[in-house]
Amino acid sequence: MRDSRWHARLVLGLLLAPAVLWLGALVVLPHIDLGVLSFRERVGPRQYVPSLAQYKTFFAEPLYWHVFVRTAVMSVLATFLTLLLAFPVAWIIAKLAKGRAGSLLFIICLIPFWVSETVRTLGWMILLRESGVLPALMVKLGLTAMPVELLYRDATILVGLVYTSLLFMVVPLVSSLESLDNSLIEAAYDLGASGFTILRSIVIPHAAPGITAGCIVVFMLTLGNYLTPTLLGGKNSQWFTEQIYTQFITRFNWEQGAAFGFLLLGLSTALVILGLRLSGQRFGDVMRAT
Amino acid sequence: MSTPDLLADAVVKRFADHTAVDSLSFSVARGSFFSILGPSGCGKTTLLRMIAGFIAPDSGDIAIGGSSMRGVAPNRRPVNMVFQQLALFPMMSVGENVAFGLARRGVGRAERTKRSNAMLERVGLGNAAHKRVDELSGGQRQRVAIARSLVLEPTLLLLDEPLGALDLKLREHMKIELKQLQAAFGTTFVYITHDQSEALVLSDHVGVMSHGRFEQLGTPQDLYYRPQTPFVAGFVGANNRIVGRATASDAAIAEVTSADGWVVHALKSGTIAVGDAVEAFVRPEVATLARNAAELPAGQPRHAGVVQSVLFDGANSAVLLQEAQTQREFRIALPQTGQFSDLKPQEQVAFSFEPSRAVCFKARTDA
Repeated sequence: MRDSRWHARLVLGLLLAPAVLWLGALVVLPHIDLGVLSFRERVGPRQYVPSLAQYKTFFAEPLYWHVFVRTAVMSVLATFLTLLLAFPVAWIIAKLAKGRAGSLLFIICLIPFWVSETVRTLGWMILLRESGVLPALMVKLGLTAMPVELLYRDATILVGLVYTSLLFMVVPLVSSLESLDNSLIEAAYDLGASGFTILRSIVIPHAAPGITAGCIVVFMLTLGNYLTPTLLGGKNSQWFTEQIYTQFITRFNWEQGAAFGFLLLGLSTALVILGLRLSGQRFGDVMRAT
Repeated sequence: MSTPDLLADAVVKRFADHTAVDSLSFSVARGSFFSILGPSGCGKTTLLRMIAGFIAPDSGDIAIGGSSMRGVAPNRRPVNMVFQQLALFPMMSVGENVAFGLARRGVGRAERTKRSNAMLERVGLGNAAHKRVDELSGGQRQRVAIARSLVLEPTLLLLDEPLGALDLKLREHMKIELKQLQAAFGTTFVYITHDQSEALVLSDHVGVMSHGRFEQLGTPQDLYYRPQTPFVAGFVGANNRIVGRATASDAAIAEVTSADGWVVHALKSGTIAVGDAVEAFVRPEVATLARNAAELPAGQPRHAGVVQSVLFDGANSAVLLQEAQTQREFRIALPQTGQFSDLKPQEQVAFSFEPSRAVCFKARTDA
């Protein structure tokens, strides 16, 4: 009896080992090290003292926290736009398309993800740059006299971010909408509700965990995205991950970079908690919906 | 006579490969309980959904409370529906569920609460307004679903097999409750079911539906005692079916001889000529059973059989016989006197039935 229990524990332990190792070696340990790094200051060659200087710099230098706030606002905006775009898509896949048509639509959403993010983003650059496809088309249609540079604008960054995130919103939305019993919609309609009322009082409350889950995932991905804002926004993008990159790679200021990293972590955590509070969702329910 | 609450005029609905509802016309009088009874796939759900407005008929018209419903959306019809799975809103409390329709009509919050509470009171759930839907039992949910519809005072309440999901005991109980609710509210109920007992117990009138048409429309007693078609005779209540040819016929009674040579007599329904293929039906309770042929009522043709099995079911007990000559199965209801409580398989028995209480039809050429 004791033996078999011990045996079961061993098996469980072995099964969990890869996950624990992965979390420990790649997430927990580096974060402990970065945490230590962020709370010290270099006072001479190879001489460090504990200090809050890195965090003070962040608040003292307007550029840093401007970029920080901008990244947060743009990420929230991108998440919201992704939700607006993904909801009808998910509705069509979950409710309107029947059988194979639904799977086909799902695959169409998935196909862009067979290509690496870099290549996808470069594709956008080919379309949008001054000598690219879209500006040329606009000249041909007589919309503009000269080719216009469509890259390096905030709207371009948003387009890229929404495009990259769409699938991560569609998947939880489809699963939460699929579990919505059609007869609830019909019952509401039968009781006199309009389409908008049904959406507001039946569909959205039912899909809320899925909506929140999708928003959390998309928000995290967007906030931590480096490639898309850099390539599509260029120097103008002013994305906070670029600041972190600069500190680590260009300036060799690991202490400052680590502090920025933690600020970003704090920001995303705070906004996710705020989002959960505002939508009245519990984290457990939301995670089950993903 | 006042205008009927529901009037269907030559309603047709075709789907790609078959006609679900085939030129159906009927009317339902105000305040009555009307059931549509049929096996699954007979088109009864399609018909109900057309009345509710979820699908539009291909041709024909449906009028509710005297006005045509053509082009009127479900949320604008004076009709409410109780769904098969009830479709209570799990994201709302019981009270909010009942008040939902009132809110859609722009009834103010205080008035809404008052009316939904009064309705819950009437269905015996006066203290459940603040409960969550999943805290209720099956029967209570049933009542909430009905209350949610009735609070809107619809001209017509549609019920789509609402008892199907309940267990037997509760179903029997809810049958009685539904009938009492209908009597108390006086609302016209249109009820669809595949369960003939529900239809017989509940309804003032029943339409028996098959392949998109009404086989017969009448009171439960009509359907049971005076079926008009073989389908109705076979579908409503238990019946012994004997297929054969008419070998003799007088003004009322035909002699039916089965292919294997069993001769029975039954009342003719419609014109039957000698030589026609016919189907005869004998209800289990019409036949008299006796251990000794001499005890059978005089003047009835007598048959002999061997007990195959005794189906004890309290008041519904029956015995399954094999007719001596043809080995055909024949079911006879056991009398309540306990006279045959010691009946054993393989016993030789005699039976007879009054020919005028059995019925025969000309067999359908397409069947």
